[in-house]
Amino acid sequence: METYTAMRHMADSWGLLAMVLFFVGAVTFAFRPGSRALSDDAARIPFKDE
Amino acid sequence: MKYGTEIVFSAILTLIALLGAAFAVDDAFRYHMLIAVVLLGGFTIALMRKEDFVPAGPVDDTRYMDGPIRYGVIATVFWGVVGFLAGVLVAAQLAFPDLNLEPWLNFGRLRPLHTSGVVFAFGGNILIASSFYVVQRTCRTRLFGGNLAWFVFWGYQLFIVMAATGYLLGITQSREYAEPEWYVDLWLTIVWVVYLFIFMGTVLRRKEPHIYVANWFYMSFIITIAMLHVLNNLAVPVSFVGSKSYSAFSGVQDAVTQWWYGHNAVAFFLTIPFLAMMYYFVPKQVNRPIYSYRLSIVHFWSIIFLYIWAGPHHLHYTAVPDWAQTLGMVFSIMLWMPSWGGMINGLMTLSGRWDLIRTDPIVRLMVAAIAFYGMATFEGPMLSIKSVNALSHYTDWTIAHVHAGALGWNGMITFAAVYFLTPKLWGRERLYSVRMVNWHFWLATLGIVLYASSMWVSGIMQGLMWREYDSQGFLVYSFVETVAAMHPYYVMRVTGGLFYLTGGFLMAWNVYQTIRGRVRDETPMGAPAPAAGAAVQPAE
Amino acid sequence: MSFLKRHSRLEKNATLLLIMSLLVVTVGGIVEIAPLFYLQNTVEKVKGMRPYTPLELAGRDIYIREGCYACHSQMIRPFRDEVERYGHYSLAAESMYDHSFQWGSKRTGPDLARVGQRYSNEWHVQHLIEPRAVVPESVMPSYAFLKDRPLDTKGIAAHLIANRRVGVPYTDEMIANAEADMKAQADPDADVSGLEARYPKARAANFDGNKQALTEMDAMVAYLQMLGTLVDFSTYDEAAGRR
Ligand code: HEM
Ligand code: HEM
Repeated sequence: METYTAMRHMADSWGLLAMVLFFVGAVTFAFRPGSRALSDDAARIPFKDE
Repeated sequence: MKYGTEIVFSAILTLIALLGAAFAVDDAFRYHMLIAVVLLGGFTIALMRKEDFVPAGPVDDTRYMDGPIRYGVIATVFWGVVGFLAGVLVAAQLAFPDLNLEPWLNFGRLRPLHTSGVVFAFGGNILIASSFYVVQRTCRTRLFGGNLAWFVFWGYQLFIVMAATGYLLGITQSREYAEPEWYVDLWLTIVWVVYLFIFMGTVLRRKEPHIYVANWFYMSFIITIAMLHVLNNLAVPVSFVGSKSYSAFSGVQDAVTQWWYGHNAVAFFLTIPFLAMMYYFVPKQVNRPIYSYRLSIVHFWSIIFLYIWAGPHHLHYTAVPDWAQTLGMVFSIMLWMPSWGGMINGLMTLSGRWDLIRTDPIVRLMVAAIAFYGMATFEGPMLSIKSVNALSHYTDWTIAHVHAGALGWNGMITFAAVYFLTPKLWGRERLYSVRMVNWHFWLATLGIVLYASSMWVSGIMQGLMWREYDSQGFLVYSFVETVAAMHPYYVMRVTGGLFYLTGGFLMAWNVYQTIRGRVRDETPMGAPAPAAGAAVQPAE
Repeated sequence: MSFLKRHSRLEKNATLLLIMSLLVVTVGGIVEIAPLFYLQNTVEKVKGMRPYTPLELAGRDIYIREGCYACHSQMIRPFRDEVERYGHYSLAAESMYDHSFQWGSKRTGPDLARVGQRYSNEWHVQHLIEPRAVVPESVMPSYAFLKDRPLDTKGIAAHLIANRRVGVPYTDEMIANAEADMKAQADPDADVSGLEARYPKARAANFDGNKQALTEMDAMVAYLQMLGTLVDFSTYDEAAGRR
């Protein structure tokens, strides 16, 4: 029971926070300023060939 | 000699199989090894006669290595038809049990043949073939490792045939989607590591600085499947010349490991790499870049992170600890978000070109596939909610969900990829018949609708019958009464399966004619109908 | 914004991307699976569980070989209707010696977790030979060939040894007597005191009704008849076992 309670606490406090930060981080990465040009370029890779 | 090393390698394997047969401790293993001897021996002889496996075509093979991809497309079509046929057969056995032919063709032995046939043979072949195609085009470089790509192709076919014949002989680990026994698992591990090696090698020597997102999905698929496969198949064989092994884990731990694997077989085999296909083939076919490249990056990281947690939703209300079940449920519900993000990304790529749905049946297949993906990933999180799962688990509702995803998403996106690849790989201007693709689309759609709707009704009905009480507080139905009630729906499913299978045959014919260089005389799709009185077109 | 730049490095470095994606997918597995191997309360303590007898183990292997798990679950969930239909809900401890577990995922046929002793041996034999002779609406395939296939007795000790390697507590004595125990359990005239001492509650019978031969049918019925019969529920503490 001890471990279970500990894990539950972890999951709905710091664990949750860490995951939210991870997600926000991933979104920020992708939508960081100046990434549009880069990603527009990357999106055209399939058309550079055949 | 042209294939010196290959011949030696193949001959050694033949010898090992022969020794296995000679010293086998059980009959099943002996027969299985004899099958391997015939396959490998035949292969060795074919190599020695310097059979040229690369078809001479008008295609320039110096830039890209397309030989194994051509074979992969043919294998996809072939195994697709075999897998659908097995599906129709098992469906028919549930409707008409006299179709069971004991012992080899009993339902229990044929069902894994169907699931492995469609998932690993049909799905696996298009994944390997398309990944080889996409990685070369998006990295603008030739496949790394030379003839190793041929090893992956033939090695994978050997895995499939050994797995399939094993099931019929009764050789199985009883782990869903991981049924093959230890020696076949070892073989697959070797093939898979070589596959990873080729793929990574190709990416590493790319001429394009950026790694296109489709390759991220393929990469994650290959490495994660390697991890899952190895951990879930840890087992101790009874004998090194016997077919039976016992899992390293037992009970609860075994169940959680298996469904961690099982769920992620769905995730990292039936979803992640198929999304890779979406990210390449949809833009190519509609000739516009993906709707939002940045969304695809968010999509990637969130989906691989969330998926791996969802396994315990296969074990709701079982003896697995509650916290694991809850975790599985929460992550499954969160999965809805990235799944639909990916769906929107795929669909919106068509914005401005929606007219293609009317004129291009390949686009139509793609759009339907993505729509079915959206449906399956909406239904999935719903089934993960414990109170819903209490009703759906153990019933045909799960089967309906599986096939909405499998027939709709995996099947249709694969058909689209096959139709895209065939003319390109064989240097044909177009497919033999585009109208036939349209027919295929409608047959498949009709098949799915019949299959899914009949199984939804039968699943929910059975779940409700199991838990129905009368006013005195007694259970109303015996188990077998629920079985009898499902008969009409089982017949309906067979009909749906037959439609789907017919579509598969049409595809095989279309691909065959395209490879031969034939072109069917037909009015293009979406062209104005011929004026009244004009010559009647050949039957479509 | 230097850390934002790093992602673009990731997008260009294949090895790093591969390693990162592998790390991301291992998190879930580690958190969910690893604790099950050391948490105290994953598997309850109950009285009565013992390893399978050699004959039962052989029957279980045939159950797996024939793919019975494709249609039959062995996991009763804690709902009123399931408990009334099949018996006490399944405990984790009841599959502690199952390598692999046989919980199943589809009930084309009824749950079998507690089918043991519900029907007679003759019923099972009849049912396996021709299911529709006893249950007319059944869609189960027939397994008549089991009664004609002699059971492999020679190899059974090796199976016990393999099970011991993965943690099932088979003793040296059990392994040494494996073949004899297997034959004794299917022979009503044999001396079964050794068998019963090694495997409490083991039931000996001529399961397939054929005195001449020890067949796969014997093993299969012996396995079915012991399913769910081991745990002594009179001593089971419901509250302590709650997960
Ligand atoms: C002609 C088309 C098909 C038919 C008639 C068919 C029929 C069936 C039947 C009868 C079952 C057994 C259900 C049960 O035990 O109650 C089954 C299971 C399954 N099929 Fe299909 N199938 C078809 C196509 C496919 C395709 C294309 C895929 C995947 C790409 C697929 C994947 C599966 C899977 C994964 C299962 C196991 C489901 C589970 O264990 O929950 N099937 N199919
Ligand atoms: C967000 C996505 C998804 C979630 C959360 C999800 C969830 C689920 C749930 C809860 C079950 C039922 C487990 C049970 O009661 O036994 C299930 C079964 C299944 N799903 Fe999904 N699903 C998703 C998407 C998909 C997709 C896209 C496919 C593609 C083919 C798929 C294939 C399957 C298969 C094959 C099974 C049957 C496993 C078995 O019992 O053998 N799922 N899924």
